[in-house]
Amino acid sequence: MAELGPLLEVVLGGLMSGVLYALVALGFVLIFKASGVFNFAQGAMVLFAALSLVRLAEWLPFPLAFLLTIVIMTAVAWAIERLVLRPLVGQHGLILFMATIGVTFFLDGFGQTIWGSNVYQLDLGLAGPLVLALSIFFHSTKIGRALRAVADDHQAAQSVGIPLNRIWLIVWSTAGIVALVAGMAWGSKLGVQFSLSLIALKALPVLILGGLTSIPGAIVGGLIVGAGEKLAEFYIGPSIGGGIEYWFAYVLALAVLLVRPQGLFGEKIIERV
Amino acid sequence: MLATVTPSPPAAPIAQRQRAIGEVLLAVENISLRFGGVRALSNVSFDIRKGEIRAIIGPNGAGKSSMLNVINGFYHPQEGRILWKGRARSRMRPHEAAKGGIARTFQNIALFKGMTTLDNIMTGRILKMRASFIEQALYLGRGRSEELRERAFVERIIDFLEIAHIRHTPVGKLPYGLQKRVELARALAMEPELLLLDEPMAGMNLEEKEDMCRFILDVNEEFGTTIALIEHDMSVVMDISDRVVVLDYGKLLADGTPEQVRNDPAVIAAYLGVAHG
Repeated sequence: MAELGPLLEVVLGGLMSGVLYALVALGFVLIFKASGVFNFAQGAMVLFAALSLVRLAEWLPFPLAFLLTIVIMTAVAWAIERLVLRPLVGQHGLILFMATIGVTFFLDGFGQTIWGSNVYQLDLGLAGPLVLALSIFFHSTKIGRALRAVADDHQAAQSVGIPLNRIWLIVWSTAGIVALVAGMAWGSKLGVQFSLSLIALKALPVLILGGLTSIPGAIVGGLIVGAGEKLAEFYIGPSIGGGIEYWFAYVLALAVLLVRPQGLFGEKIIERV
Repeated sequence: MLATVTPSPPAAPIAQRQRAIGEVLLAVENISLRFGGVRALSNVSFDIRKGEIRAIIGPNGAGKSSMLNVINGFYHPQEGRILWKGRARSRMRPHEAAKGGIARTFQNIALFKGMTTLDNIMTGRILKMRASFIEQALYLGRGRSEELRERAFVERIIDFLEIAHIRHTPVGKLPYGLQKRVELARALAMEPELLLLDEPMAGMNLEEKEDMCRFILDVNEEFGTTIALIEHDMSVVMDISDRVVVLDYGKLLADGTPEQVRNDPAVIAAYLGVAHG
């Protein structure tokens, strides 16, 4: 019984960072679901959003800076969709992926050029409600239904009157706003700095675990990874010298890939032969 | 062969329908469509009248699906024009065609596989929903009443097509015949003026075909929906359609009532007598 205290603390701590992983993973899932693009630039968008917010908040009242950042992120997301991905519609998935890697480098550099590259401190609470709102949004509204329809079958979606281009813009803007929330959450934990854009890498195991196409999957995957790595560190760490936190998530993802390639919540991959 | 797939009462509804057939709803004039050097359609003209069931038939590769894709806005012909309710329409995209009142199904079923039957059919109501983004997201006011109203409408279609038992099943899990029916339901949910059906009975067994025939006739009769369909099963075509267009190698081969088309020497030649079974 005496051990329950620290255990609870470890689990809670893990779940907290799990929510943060989930936030980043969500951005990936949104775009992948609707357009089949694996947007590597999501991490860079997170950094860009957080940098914009802290710098704007230096000379503007916070709510105003927040609103302005939403506008900026929407613009950035639209620009990526219009200028980079729209001309590449119909290309192979790998080409789209490469394009988003290009966007990543551009955003990293551009963000630091205009906003500077110091470490900033951001103090903010969590964004759990956002996750909840997004899930509800996706499941029970017209636009949510349209988004899922587009994700499933482009032709059929058009045939019921859904304009593809507008939906893609909505998706990218939503991903931009999710990036902002993730940036705020991570920024308050680590400080706003270049390594924020690397958390995209931490989102990968979450995606594999939860499934690339599932919003609840991204959330549960995030929580499992967060709690799992802290627990592993706590219980196994001391006996092998620690450092488990850094690779645990990837090993977990690898194990899931072997057993259930579509992830815990992903749509089953059915190939017609 | 002709007798095998006779839908319930074939004679009476056709007689009734012919009275209901009205003015030209859609006319295609001198349509030519090329993909690179391949001519998919050459100088094809015909019309579809309000309230009729219009069949488009022809051997494989005759350009039937291309024709539907032109009408629906997926393809844009290099030559010719399309008159929708008497007005020439310029390059129309599929979602604009949908807004204009054209719904369709696909040869290789294009459903949203991850969604339930109900959600799939609800996507057909997207154009009818007007509530703002915030109202929907919060499920308040107009958002709520609208969702309920559309849901009630969709339930009527579900009853009509007898798919109530699969309401909450993800469509990817349904057998082929039922998927075709859900696809028809989604198109009907759009309350279209013109319904395009691309091989609605392909790959179905006899019982499923009979059901589908009955649904097509019922839709036409009860809702007055104009229907253009592509079908390979000649007995079905001859039984349910008012007029038939025959395409061959992208060209118009014949156009007329089933009786006229059936006796057209050019059609018989193209089908090598298959039409006569």
